[in-house]
Amino acid sequence: MSTASARPPAGILLARLWRISPMLVVGGLILLVVALACAGAPALTSADPIKTRLGDRLTPPLGLGGTSTHLLGTDNLGRDIWARVLYGGRLSLILAAGSVILAAASGVLLGLMSGFAGGGVDDLIMRAADVQLAFPVLMLAIAIIAVVGTSPLAIVGVLALNGWVIYARTLRASVLSIRQLEYVEAARAQGATAPRIVVRHVLPNAMAPLLVLASAQFGTMVLLESGLSFLGLGVQPPQPSWGNMLAEGRDYLSNAWWLGTVPGAAIALIVLGANLLGDGVRKVLDPWRNV
Amino acid sequence: MARYLRRRLAHSLLTLLGVSVLVFVILRVMPGDPAKMLLPEGAPESAVEELDRQLGLHRPLPVQYLIFVRDVFQGDFGQSFQYKAPALQVVLERVPATVDLTIAAMVLIVAAGGPIGILAAVRPGTRYEYGGMVFAVLGQSLPNFWLGIMLILLFGVALRWLPTSGFEGWRFLILPSVTLAAYPTALVARLTSSSMLDVLGTDYIRTARSKGLANLIVILRHALKNAVIPVLTVVGLQIGALLSGAVVTESVFAWPGVGKLIVDAIFSRDFPVVQTVLTLSAATFVGINFLVDVLYTLIDPRIRYA
Repeated sequence: MSTASARPPAGILLARLWRISPMLVVGGLILLVVALACAGAPALTSADPIKTRLGDRLTPPLGLGGTSTHLLGTDNLGRDIWARVLYGGRLSLILAAGSVILAAASGVLLGLMSGFAGGGVDDLIMRAADVQLAFPVLMLAIAIIAVVGTSPLAIVGVLALNGWVIYARTLRASVLSIRQLEYVEAARAQGATAPRIVVRHVLPNAMAPLLVLASAQFGTMVLLESGLSFLGLGVQPPQPSWGNMLAEGRDYLSNAWWLGTVPGAAIALIVLGANLLGDGVRKVLDPWRNV
Repeated sequence: MARYLRRRLAHSLLTLLGVSVLVFVILRVMPGDPAKMLLPEGAPESAVEELDRQLGLHRPLPVQYLIFVRDVFQGDFGQSFQYKAPALQVVLERVPATVDLTIAAMVLIVAAGGPIGILAAVRPGTRYEYGGMVFAVLGQSLPNFWLGIMLILLFGVALRWLPTSGFEGWRFLILPSVTLAAYPTALVARLTSSSMLDVLGTDYIRTARSKGLANLIVILRHALKNAVIPVLTVVGLQIGALLSGAVVTESVFAWPGVGKLIVDAIFSRDFPVVQTVLTLSAATFVGINFLVDVLYTLIDPRIRYA
């Protein structure tokens, strides 16, 4: 392929993107830096995120009376907060990414079925979507978690259950509108099968909205997962996650405010990054809709 | 219009039917044997069977479902394991606290989100627009449980201005309602602004301006009325999000509402209470969305004839 050699170097590409949407670049960089830091946690800290050292309880962060051994201080059990934020971020990001992928995959599949099959199948899937949307997300999630348990797989499943509807509706609408197009009818008349039409025509056209939805949903999933963990119904201690760190830090607000502040700031940063990226992607892929 | 409303009503009832099936499946079919959970550990098999019969658990599942639906229609959601009282009564006692919180939040959302969005739209390129944008982005990124804790830290612990937990008067309402309203306010500001921008670009607004109408009248009487429709849909949908947010907010501020109740009920495995909260909140949501649809037909005559 000649496109690979003709592609401009990364710097120019980045500059071009910056001109179209600075939000996309800033959001993408935030996500990238945080993801790399979490992935490279062992290189960035030698502290153990789980082992407790009661002698080092509640040391303040560097610059507020703390030392460089514990950059962000330690928690009520003497664990290094910097290490816990990094290792906790790994889990939070993986769970969020997993649930976005599962939600998108199942939503796309159901949306395609709904759009192509029509009739009873369509009705069934769309009514199921209505039922799903009738429940307050967090209430349904905690009710299911209470029954199926708090394993990472269960958390991903519950989050995906909450996220599939939006993809299904988008894909269904996309199938319905694209079936009317003349070139698709022509393809069908030539004997193209439904799977072929999906792969060749529906999916390429639906790709842009799917990307917008997925990048915006990533932040929501991080929020939901940390909300569950905050309530004690997500990632279980001693395994660190931003949500359960925040819940533990809540009891020390008056004498060790950094316990609750740091993990919350991490969540806010990643959600901000995801929201900016989502807005940016929308702007780049859909320049006519100036939202 | 009557046909449209009839169809919407049928639609809502169908959704409620689905809601009842889902609640039944989650709470009756999945958690294993409720009789075993009710009885103390190591109870004899005969006692379990006896309770099974009392609870009707020996019947086939479809029959159990029909009994469940009949009971719900009679207002019988079962006995709360924890409070030893009818689950419906336990939940209804907590409803006023959540309603207070939700109404306070709704007032904030409309009173702050609307004007911020309108200002950002009618003054493009000024600090109003950038301020509105920053507000919208930040408001949608801060996790509400963290915002709540930070507000407690600032106004409760450091400044000692406001009470941080409990429910004894309007001053207790301030921090929780701000916490709950932050995200939806940002969303409404953003939607109002983009919807306003769409409307302001249309021909009839140009006509109104060319007639020499005052800018304020054009914006408030002509533009806002059309811009408000997409916002209204989202505000209707936000009721569900507010109830979700209430789960977290009430837990942070020890607010004695339905959200805190369902979290407590889950930890004590009080499934009748969980089931009641789920059913009632979904029914409220479906009902409110039906009302929003009715409201549409009143605001926008085009929908009546569609």
